Amino acid sequence: MTVSASNTIPRVDDARAIRRFLTQVLGMWLDREDGLIECLHAIQDSYGCLPKPILKELAQMRRQSSAELLGVATFYHHFRIVDAIPIQTIRTIRVCEGVSCALRGAHGLTEHIRAELASHHALVIEPVPCVGRCEHAPIAVVGQRPVHHASVESVVETVHAKAWEHPESARQGSFDPVRCLQDRQGQLPRSAQIAPDWVGLATYVRDGGYQLLAEIRASSERADSALEELGRAALRGLGGAGFPAGRKWSIVRQQPSPRVLVVNLDEGEPGTFKDRSYLERDPHRFLEGMLIAAAVVDVARCYVYLRDEYAGARTILQQCLNELVHSDVIDAEFVELRRGAGAYICGEESALIESIEGRRGEPRHRPPYVAERGLFGHPSLVHNFETLYWVRDILQRGAQWWNSYGHNGRTGLRSFSVSGRVREPGVKLAPAGITLTELIQAYCGGMEPGHTLYGYFPGGASGGMLPASMADVPLDFDTLQSVGCFIGSAAIVIFSQHDKARDLAQQTMDFFRHESCGQCTPCREGTGRALDLMQASHWDVDSLRDLAEVLREGSICGLGQAAPNTWDCVQRYFSHEVSGNV
Amino acid sequence: MSSAAQSRVLITLNGLPVEATVGETVLSVLSREQIAIPSLCCDPSSGADGNCRSCLVEVSGFKTLQPSCLCQVSGQMEITTHSERAERVRRGVLALLAEQAPGSQMDGASELAGWLRHYAIVPSVAEPPDTIDRSHPAFVFEKNACIQCDRCVRACQDVQVNGVIGVSGRGASSAIIFGLDQTIVDSPCVGCGECVAACPTDALRIEERTAPTESIASICPYCGVGCALTYQVSETGEILSVDGRDGPANAGRLCVKGRFGYDYAHHPERLTQPYLRRADAPKSADFVDAVLSGARRWEEAFEPVSWEVALSHAAQGFLSLKTQYGVNSLAGFGSAKGSNEEAYLFQKLIRTGFENHHVDHCTRLCHASSVAALLEGLGSGAVSNPVRDIQCADVAILIGCNPTVNHPVAATWMKQAARSGTDLIVIDPRQTEIGQHATIQLQIHPGSDIALINALLHVIVLEGLVNNAFVDARVDGFEALAAHLMAFSPEQMAPICGITPERIREVARRYATASAAMIFWGMGISQHVHGTDNVRGLIALAAVTGQIGRPGTGLHPLRGQNNVQGASDAGLIPMMLPNYQRVSSAESRAPFEALWGHSLSAQAGLTVVEILERMDPARSDSERMRGLYVMGENPAMSDPDLTHAREALASLTHLVVQDVFMTETALLADVVLPASVWIEKTGTVTNTDRTVQLGRAATPPPGDAKQDLWIIQAMAEKLGLSWHYPGSDHGVGAVFDEMIQAMGSAYAGLSWARLQRESSVTYPCPSADSPGQSVLFHDRFPTANGRLRVVASQYQGPNEPTSKDYPLSLITGRVLEHWHTGTMTRRSRTLSTLYPEALLSIHVADAERLMIHEGTIVDVTSPHGRIQVKVCLDERVAPGTVFLPFAFFESAANVLTHSALDPYGKIPEFKHTPVRVQPMTRGVEST
Repeated sequence: MTVSASNTIPRVDDARAIRRFLTQVLGMWLDREDGLIECLHAIQDSYGCLPKPILKELAQMRRQSSAELLGVATFYHHFRIVDAIPIQTIRTIRVCEGVSCALRGAHGLTEHIRAELASHHALVIEPVPCVGRCEHAPIAVVGQRPVHHASVESVVETVHAKAWEHPESARQGSFDPVRCLQDRQGQLPRSAQIAPDWVGLATYVRDGGYQLLAEIRASSERADSALEELGRAALRGLGGAGFPAGRKWSIVRQQPSPRVLVVNLDEGEPGTFKDRSYLERDPHRFLEGMLIAAAVVDVARCYVYLRDEYAGARTILQQCLNELVHSDVIDAEFVELRRGAGAYICGEESALIESIEGRRGEPRHRPPYVAERGLFGHPSLVHNFETLYWVRDILQRGAQWWNSYGHNGRTGLRSFSVSGRVREPGVKLAPAGITLTELIQAYCGGMEPGHTLYGYFPGGASGGMLPASMADVPLDFDTLQSVGCFIGSAAIVIFSQHDKARDLAQQTMDFFRHESCGQCTPCREGTGRALDLMQASHWDVDSLRDLAEVLREGSICGLGQAAPNTWDCVQRYFSHEVSGNV
Repeated sequence: MSSAAQSRVLITLNGLPVEATVGETVLSVLSREQIAIPSLCCDPSSGADGNCRSCLVEVSGFKTLQPSCLCQVSGQMEITTHSERAERVRRGVLALLAEQAPGSQMDGASELAGWLRHYAIVPSVAEPPDTIDRSHPAFVFEKNACIQCDRCVRACQDVQVNGVIGVSGRGASSAIIFGLDQTIVDSPCVGCGECVAACPTDALRIEERTAPTESIASICPYCGVGCALTYQVSETGEILSVDGRDGPANAGRLCVKGRFGYDYAHHPERLTQPYLRRADAPKSADFVDAVLSGARRWEEAFEPVSWEVALSHAAQGFLSLKTQYGVNSLAGFGSAKGSNEEAYLFQKLIRTGFENHHVDHCTRLCHASSVAALLEGLGSGAVSNPVRDIQCADVAILIGCNPTVNHPVAATWMKQAARSGTDLIVIDPRQTEIGQHATIQLQIHPGSDIALINALLHVIVLEGLVNNAFVDARVDGFEALAAHLMAFSPEQMAPICGITPERIREVARRYATASAAMIFWGMGISQHVHGTDNVRGLIALAAVTGQIGRPGTGLHPLRGQNNVQGASDAGLIPMMLPNYQRVSSAESRAPFEALWGHSLSAQAGLTVVEILERMDPARSDSERMRGLYVMGENPAMSDPDLTHAREALASLTHLVVQDVFMTETALLADVVLPASVWIEKTGTVTNTDRTVQLGRAATPPPGDAKQDLWIIQAMAEKLGLSWHYPGSDHGVGAVFDEMIQAMGSAYAGLSWARLQRESSVTYPCPSADSPGQSVLFHDRFPTANGRLRVVASQYQGPNEPTSKDYPLSLITGRVLEHWHTGTMTRRSRTLSTLYPEALLSIHVADAERLMIHEGTIVDVTSPHGRIQVKVCLDERVAPGTVFLPFAFFESAANVLTHSALDPYGKIPEFKHTPVRVQPMTRGVEST
């Protein structure tokens, strides 16, 4: 008989063994109503997939409908459901096919890797949307290990080395965004390292960190004044919606307790990688911002929802939270780190909340707004990572400091994630209202050799596309509406004369089709229908116009409402590509 | 505070002022104003979801169109439903749906098809691939016709709370799934069909459905929940399908039996003419076995005759026995499957025609012990609160019942209550499905109910959880009970019932301190030799804690048959006349003697099992039962110790069976009268909630079969009784109104005319304008002094304990798909396909020890008999117990059971028989 070690993973369909295993690996998540996704992660971490016999037992143990459970599991693309328990752990290679990677030569990479690794069993190679490392495009992720500037060779080498884990990083870093501004003209370091060093608690505290938090926690007057100061700063929600942060705090603060704080770290807008770039280097600045918000708004608990692609950041965040618990800055239960599972839509705040609650990430109807009734029905302050990241500096340096930045009449700083056909892609901390021309010239070292600007996405996949002739529009909230675009998370993807806007638009549409949650008809059916129409050499203008109206009027959330921007912009600015005249 | 008037506002709808209520949806205004727009994902029973976006309209103050199913009305709102923009977008949405669901029956009758025609949207002509799941015998699912409106998901998850249907995947590849994306029959689907009823595209549909020509409102013929339904009938009188109807007990819901189990009515084995037994035909238990095993055909023993011959022969047989052996040689078994009118006339026939009170029915085998204890303690045998009251309960104890199987629609209310915060405490020797929804589940040892109940009472008394005010004001016998309980500490009872003392205390505290707590029970409580004592214990629980007399409290024995309450009310009880009037009291008899114009015997009659015992040929002439009239019962299958029961029936001089099929009992009859099924009759039935409900004949009886009400009256005439019930449907209305005269004040407000109007009326209903009282005992109990009397119950082990030779405890019962002895359900194609054969559930641990596997055929032997049956491994039965449904004649569970009776309710112990299970041995024939 085999020894039943405590970490034995059942390899046969034996109900009793499976139940023992699940009890061991799932811990508290097994019985928690909101714990399903964490349970699924724990199982998938063991098997590399979700075998149905395991799911069946899981449903019974959780006293949950098996259909509901499978519904959640299949909603998230990082979960792979298989019929039988595999005899060995499945490994997944994810090859990024986002627009930024495509511009950098990802085309055909998936097929070539597949062909090269065809003889490997228990290996799954799949194309995926943007993984948030566009400055090193093209990207493949082997297991949890990102491969920068991926080629067939480098991926195969990683597989042969069985290097499935994310490289470890050390808490030896020194990073300060303001120093970046002062010393590097807003350029974040473009380290080739997958896992750069990060600022640990000791260093952060030595440089004055967590003092402000202590002050605010100690005095309600200080908390009130902090809220006023924040209100004076032109800090807006940097996830893309741009809602003034101070106002949001005030609104949620007035709601009945218990209130909760939710951090949106599901950085999924294609071309966006700013949150990860800061998080991997300077996590405590964000955590202090979060804890200040928690103190001012007086929330009962914080939930940090991190996209599953960011395995390295997850380790860092977990270590930071441990540091804070050990130093008595927070109680062990106060901050809960939760893991996404591969769904762009969960960047939408109510979908994110559904996901934390353990369900399919389908956006909710409004009203009620999440500030009134959000996570677990509690009033919720939902913030993007970067919004909180700036809180400490704004409060310590004053609103005036933040407001002193800005070009072309705009105010504040923006972290632009620049990728595509430029010489030096990366995160660019630049004044709000900067133009693309300035950004390329002053921050990106110009266009890539041999490429001239043809057009750009000003706000990831959903913010539309603009031609080179509009490279001098100030880039900020509110400035792009009139040209049919928006800035969103400030992901700037630049393309050149070697690219076709319609190809990029099709890729974008394919992304929306792939990422539509499927809840409402216009988005579920309309995105696919649009893609069909966009594949014609000569676009059917009337049908696309009608379809755009159905999506904008009828979609429940922003994904479907914004999807028509793509084809609208092509028709508006690149019509020669689709009118059959070329 | 906010009166209705305050929340009324004036809004503008398509340019005209309209009054509406703040907070109601725009869609509800539109439907009131009869403005039709599509609203495909909105379901009357599960509400709006807002996903289909086909109901978008223009609303002032919003930039984009708003879904009218979710958008709430506020003052000064301006709504425009048919602007060019709204119509264009709605059309666009429908066009997308048409493309998504090419398989939907565009020329069909579905909601989607209708709207596509309305908007002149022509679906793609491309032949879609066949994606139809045809695994289920009753309905199909075509993925290609699905628009993911989720109505089926909500029907399954939220309405029926079965949790079988879900949505898998994401975006355009999302799909409706059953279970873990299985075929419907492989999934945990229970076939309730709520999803089929909800589907707006016919993706879920009954295949080969022809359009009905008539819809007939009736009541489900199966369990005591009393679901209202509608039969869809073809031109030729064939039942095509069944829809749920909005009745007080079901609100449109049905279960698999109610929705799909109707086709037994059209089964070719229906009796279509009267039969007489041939003079040379054998009459023995062996003959029954021979017919059941296929060795003989029943037709060999019977000859068809005319009604005149059959009725004369039937009556003559009884009359000559009465002349020769006296009135006590005759008896009658009525049925809780018949209507109130039939039950009333049947007992009247026995009491005035046979001139004795030997009339009983299957309640004896179900809840007689419950009724005995309730009458003793509360003065009323009916439930105190309806099932749906569980919505008002904090805590509900479910003990010895398996509602998801036996009362599936009642279970939906319980599961919904559990979801919205009611703590269910489920107590049963088996882990039941409803236990999955329980806060606390206690898997007790079979037959140890009193030990547990008394321990709960012990804790309540000792910990000062007694509701003294209630007890002082309304309860007698508390002191004696409290003293008696001292011997039942949780520590002492724990080893007997198998529940830890801590758990017992937790349950006692939770129940006693709840603001409102209910108790439901079933056969697991009543079918024991100590069944009455079990119920006394439950009554005491409610009494000492004051958990009775308010909404969300009380005692609810879940009644079995569709008319089990009514059959008892109407007097199919040997010691009681209609309305529970004691036979032994001259004062009680007098009004009936006046009403019926016939003097009545003062001697109480015998019960079902006692009557069978009196058939013993060894009995003296004065004691021996020789003639029996059976209407719609099957004692040769349902009674304990079957071999013995069949021999007894075979020994009768004269047996008349009135039924719809050649049942096991009919095989032993001298005269067989072809009767009608409920679907063919007009009449009333009374459900477990005391609601009297009207059913109408949907289809005529086949051939020369007759309605039972006609047969009883024809028998009465032949027996020399002169009855006269004028009117349609054999005078059913006149019978009902006579019955109401016999029923006392509680029924005074009921009349045939009122039921025609209202369909359902709950009693007590003292006057014609009373709405009926669903919650009883608000300030007094219907006992002599108005107080409840608690009676202490002693713990006694089972009558026949397990032993070395018979180490396992057999529990008998039902399965979802089969009704009782299987007469109806095994002749339903859907139900018999879903559950074709008997299965003995045995725990994995016992199976391993006995070296038997899933599907092994085993011998099950008890001191009373032996059967063979296939095994199914089931971890939900406790080790040491086995479970067998009694619906299968091939593996008749009651061959094994014994006929020891509860001393008060005279009910047999079906819930515990010691048995031995072994892999099948050959040569059964020779034993």
